[in-house]
Amino acid sequence: MDVLKRVPVREQDAVVRSANFEEVCLGYNEEEAMAEAARCLGCKNAQCMKGCPVSIDIPGFIGQVKEGNFEEAYQIISKSSALPAVCGRVCPQETQCEGKCIRGIKGEPVAIGKLERFVADWAREHGIKPAKAEKLNGHKVAVIGSGPAGLTCAGDLAKMGYDVTIFEALHEAGGVLIYGIPEFRLPKQKVVAAEVENVKSLGVKIETNVVIGKSVTIDELMEEEGFEAVFIGSGAGLPKFMGIPGEQAMGVFSANEFLTRNNLMKAFLEGYDTPIKAGKKVIVVGGGNVAMDAARTAKRLGAEVHIVYRRSEEELPARVEEVHHAKEEGVIFDLLQNPVELLVDEAGCVKGAKIIKMELGEPDASGRRRPVEVPGSEYEIEADVVIMSLGTSPNPLISSTTKGLDVNKWKCIVADEANGATSKEGVYAGGDAVTGAATVILAMGAGKAAAKGIDEYLSNK
Amino acid sequence: MYPIVRREQLADKIYLMDVKAPRVAQYCEPGQFVIVKIDEVGERIPLTICDYNRAEGTITIVFQVVGASTQRMVDLQVGDAFQDFVGPLGCASDLIGEDVEELKKKKILFVAGGVGTAPVYPQVKWLHEHGVDCDVIMGSRSKDLLILEDEMRAVCKNLYVTTDDGSYGFKGTGTAQLQALWDEGARYDHCVAIGPMIMMKFVCKLTKELGIPTIVSMNPIMVDGTGMCGACRLVVGDQVKFACVDGPEFDGHLVDFDQAMRRQAQYKTEEGRAMLALEEGDTHHGGCGHCN
Repeated sequence: MDVLKRVPVREQDAVVRSANFEEVCLGYNEEEAMAEAARCLGCKNAQCMKGCPVSIDIPGFIGQVKEGNFEEAYQIISKSSALPAVCGRVCPQETQCEGKCIRGIKGEPVAIGKLERFVADWAREHGIKPAKAEKLNGHKVAVIGSGPAGLTCAGDLAKMGYDVTIFEALHEAGGVLIYGIPEFRLPKQKVVAAEVENVKSLGVKIETNVVIGKSVTIDELMEEEGFEAVFIGSGAGLPKFMGIPGEQAMGVFSANEFLTRNNLMKAFLEGYDTPIKAGKKVIVVGGGNVAMDAARTAKRLGAEVHIVYRRSEEELPARVEEVHHAKEEGVIFDLLQNPVELLVDEAGCVKGAKIIKMELGEPDASGRRRPVEVPGSEYEIEADVVIMSLGTSPNPLISSTTKGLDVNKWKCIVADEANGATSKEGVYAGGDAVTGAATVILAMGAGKAAAKGIDEYLSNK
Repeated sequence: MYPIVRREQLADKIYLMDVKAPRVAQYCEPGQFVIVKIDEVGERIPLTICDYNRAEGTITIVFQVVGASTQRMVDLQVGDAFQDFVGPLGCASDLIGEDVEELKKKKILFVAGGVGTAPVYPQVKWLHEHGVDCDVIMGSRSKDLLILEDEMRAVCKNLYVTTDDGSYGFKGTGTAQLQALWDEGARYDHCVAIGPMIMMKFVCKLTKELGIPTIVSMNPIMVDGTGMCGACRLVVGDQVKFACVDGPEFDGHLVDFDQAMRRQAQYKTEEGRAMLALEEGDTHHGGCGHCN
């Protein structure tokens, strides 16, 4: 075995999977995991841990995997992470833990993400639960949103003995893990529901169908329902559109709508009532992970799919693995191009897009080279569905109904990065509601920091 | 689960239900809506709140059978429950936020069409409870489709009933009734029109000519109802608004109704229609569950 190379992970064949919603990556088995774990050098001053937003003891758990002690490995991970089966699947490890791995200097870094996933899956299959708090402290904390930030914050607080209730606006817990990330990347029943059950097994209560700011406000939760602290992990919010002609035509969707219909409402499954317009030729505008998810979903629903992105491949914000998988599955990348108008037929349905070619100019504020239109390069492309995946802007439901909660100029909630504290006493926040759209693991890191902040606040009160 | 505690058939294909949902009943206001989901496989269906009882913790909803999902709702009886019932969503009616003394000085008219009578009712009732008089025009296709007539009569000053076929009351549309009242010398300072989009479009066309500010309540396709998906977006003036968080009420003179009507037909494809017509037979009205 070449120690510079990682143990390859088994995947569903690209042609087969591009027509089904089964998980793409099949994960390691016990032998493969132990072989891959053996590549870890067990560094004393582990760089990988510095790349992890929730500081998992990576050499510690991998050391246990190497020995075949999978339950011990799971308990080490679950000290730091409430959602290891999720993180092992959707974290951008290449820029975090694996990006700092010493093995990566000469060869391929240790497959930390795949090992984490293996350990979490093994624990679930063997009925192992995270350790519960020994005694309760009687303090009530409300957590708003059951996405990665909320679940992490709630799980950590419950482990410390707090009486935690999560309020979720949708009918199912999991936030973006349920409505956003598709089944083929993150199985809902097998993985997400199981992780939510793990958090509940710590004593956390989850109340679905409660829209904070509408059903009840934060002030009412604190003044009338006896919650001593509140964590806001309400997620990103309102989808952005381009503001170009034709955008209100039928067949033009936000990625959020397209993905929610498919993932949360299960439009892709027989027997579910919610419709989805699959399209024959689909354009997805944008280059992030959400764009990849929308494109790969449309592909599985039977369409020819084009990703239209205004910069080049190098600037694609999506994870390398997602881009790679999308290409393997036959998604076509139209890079350095941007729609300037959507074309609409007499019935009001989108029938295509007018697209202009771009070239890269000087770097802009984000450090990426600014795309500039190439004059006279417009052309038309047919499409019966256009999906806008341009990010989101914050939802004002909570900030506009909570007295004394400051927001910044982008309308994101202002919170201290170290402990999640907001401008309002007892109210903490983290995740996309604070940072704008980011990753699952960063939201988890923020949920973790806020759990610590809330514990310090209530302990000293 | 959210149990159904009362169920009545109001007219052909129109039903009323009281649903136990204490969190929704505690803070809801006229003008807001709820989203219901029957069971695991059901759609999320937005419905405007028709009435509420804070003490009992119940919400009254009224719905018309228009497609597969609402057809399934008909099968639910007292004692059955919705798996999900979320709200209140959207903003309360503008009238609720206004100074009651100022409202008393205004001549207010409501124009309700079809099941649009249901969301008009709590607003008129609220005004009545606050000592504000208003007139109501309520219309339907024919007498047997008229709903909540007695309830409405009890809370408004003048009630004008219209039917398209003349089987009861004024023969013609609500818009025609308003024109007739105007011609007889009636004057209004404020109008609220709620009903099928086509009806709201024509009421607004007339009130614009007559110079009466008019509020409409939009009922576009929605998924989450909390601002996340953008399915309910519509053009108001030169801005794109989300009906679920910015509405559902908007200035009717600024709404692009033609576009809103097209968007409402989003899932009514030819293929889909044909398939649903086959499956649903006589109950098929366009098939998607979102048509009027």
